[in-house]
Amino acid sequence: MIDAVGNPQSILLLGGTSEIGLATVEAFASDRPLRVVLAGRPSPRLDAAKARLEARGCAVEVIPFDARDGDVEVVAKAFTSGDIDVALVAFGLLGDNEKAWTDVATAVELAQVNYTAAVGVGVALGERMTAQGHGSIVAFSSVAGERARRSNFVYGSTKAGLDAFYSGLTEALRPVGVHVTVVRPGFVHTRMTEGLKPAPLSTTPEAVAAVVVDAVRTHKELVWAPAPLRFVMSALRHVPRPIFRRLPI
Amino acid sequence: MSDTQLLHGWGRTAPSLARVVTPRSVEDVVAAVTSAGPRGVIARGLGRSYGDPAQNAGGTVLAMAGLGEIHAIEAESGLVDVDAGVSLDTLMRAALPHGLWLPVLPGTRQVTVGGAIGADIHGKAHHVVGSFGNHVRALTLVTADGGVHELTPEDDLFWATVAGMGLTGVVVRARLQLHHVETAYFKVDTEQIDNLAELMARQSTDDEKYAESVSWFDAVTTGAHFGRGLLTRANHATVADLPAKLRDEPLKFDAPQLLTVPDVFPSGLLNRLTGKLFSELWYRKSPTRMGAIQNITQFLHPLDIIGEWNRGYGPRGFLQYQFVVPEARSDVIREVLERMTAARQVSALNVLKRFGEGNRAPLSFPMPGWTLCVDIPIGPGLGALCDELDELVLAAGGRHYLAKESRTTPAAIRRGYPRFDEWRKIRDAVDPHNVFASDMSRRLELTGD
Repeated sequence: MIDAVGNPQSILLLGGTSEIGLATVEAFASDRPLRVVLAGRPSPRLDAAKARLEARGCAVEVIPFDARDGDVEVVAKAFTSGDIDVALVAFGLLGDNEKAWTDVATAVELAQVNYTAAVGVGVALGERMTAQGHGSIVAFSSVAGERARRSNFVYGSTKAGLDAFYSGLTEALRPVGVHVTVVRPGFVHTRMTEGLKPAPLSTTPEAVAAVVVDAVRTHKELVWAPAPLRFVMSALRHVPRPIFRRLPI
Repeated sequence: MSDTQLLHGWGRTAPSLARVVTPRSVEDVVAAVTSAGPRGVIARGLGRSYGDPAQNAGGTVLAMAGLGEIHAIEAESGLVDVDAGVSLDTLMRAALPHGLWLPVLPGTRQVTVGGAIGADIHGKAHHVVGSFGNHVRALTLVTADGGVHELTPEDDLFWATVAGMGLTGVVVRARLQLHHVETAYFKVDTEQIDNLAELMARQSTDDEKYAESVSWFDAVTTGAHFGRGLLTRANHATVADLPAKLRDEPLKFDAPQLLTVPDVFPSGLLNRLTGKLFSELWYRKSPTRMGAIQNITQFLHPLDIIGEWNRGYGPRGFLQYQFVVPEARSDVIREVLERMTAARQVSALNVLKRFGEGNRAPLSFPMPGWTLCVDIPIGPGLGALCDELDELVLAAGGRHYLAKESRTTPAAIRRGYPRFDEWRKIRDAVDPHNVFASDMSRRLELTGD
């Protein structure tokens, strides 16, 4: 159960090696020990993630999960050892945009992982959390989904789809008391963005985690990380195309 | 007779969804208990617990107010026989014309008899009469197997049910011993006291001369007047104490509800500024005065004049932090208040009381010592502050009150209640498959593996 001041007891991280996801779990665990279910592709990195959380005093269970398989059974498995108070939908691929928009298999894989699998687990999480009568779902979207850019539009399109789905799910689950938060981070320094030129207002997994923890505690439905991106993106959405395409972003 | 509802406690935090069933008979209760799904069932009274003991996410909640008959009031012996869903307000109004008084009344009368037993509530008279369970002569409990049991204070299950937070079964009926009174009025001594140390010293003196004793203090003012407050103590007025105009109907009781707070307030209205203002007005309104005749609402339940006052805290809600520490560790009271002030948390309703002896129930809250109760709106830093306060309280041999609890840890409850395992053994024997469950029982691991 989540208590009166917003401390959860259990967290499901879908995308068990996601740096933002792990930072979020750690941020919650800094106040109270947690029961954590990590769902991800079996790998040394997943083992390391488990060890990292155990060192923080968490009780960690690992479930194999590959978003490319369209596997939503992972959600049912995650709920077998008890209630899940907070579920983080944190898996995703950035991909190489030039390859993605010219190669069918690459484009479809991005869409499958970032959008189709996210929708699948969203449906399953909605069902489980309605049945348990409480819970919070956090979906990691991206500012890249707010307006497609030439440099990043395949990834952006998948996040736009995820964002729309979870924004709708927010409304659908409101009457049953399940909270959904859509998080739109900007450029975050992680393994995913390693070697890329940081965009303005770039941030860290820990900073995004702090935004997420606050959003879950106070039941915010849509947040940007860092917060000023909300206004930046609001302006960028209205920039005329001839100017937008010349912007160094 | 059932529908799905989001339920929360009086603090309006952490709502959850449950199937709500309104039983109209003991048979209905038995049917609901024996047909409970995997997430179990819990009884709910009038929802005055601050946290989550009367909600059951994904399971069944029994709305007990539907079981609300007063079966008998015996004026001479003072015994009453009531359904568990009868509110203390209803019972008090019905008993007063017979010259009978409920010895234990909490800060609101809007609680049910079942809830009063489940939380083993206390009132301003605790130092003399103890808690609610002390006045229960028998109770009827529906257990997980659908059995209907008559229990008396001879039974261990009786004492596991008193303060058992509904987790031993559903109390459906009880026989209570009331006290005899001549009037519905109190003869009240109010003392305006300049600082906390003196307030506590005054409250430790002569307390046994009063049937009721409590103090309110200011938790905003710092410096020399830190913890200034009002000590109010009273005895039941006799007919001879009353002014002539009240003597014709000494047992008459009117309790108007002046207004109901609409659900329109944003969070954050109670802040340092309004907190200061409120504290100043509250302190100034009651200068020292001895022997004033006050009615029940004036003396015991000033907040009952306003319906749904919890809405004033806005949608984020609030929590009430209540603990008790042994007499010898009264220093913790001051320490807790200093930490609160340092953390810039504002509480307007601050109640301090000295408890008398506890009772046999393993999970009963009161113990000889001081209990402090503060209301704090939910906001940044509150969780961390409360964790810090927990450590102070537990290290001093104190504990939390489950009827108010909404955020501590399973370990804190076990530390505060050394007889927890004894309670668990009795509970588990009568409910081995965990049919009874609540959000609180899951959060604090009061039941289950």
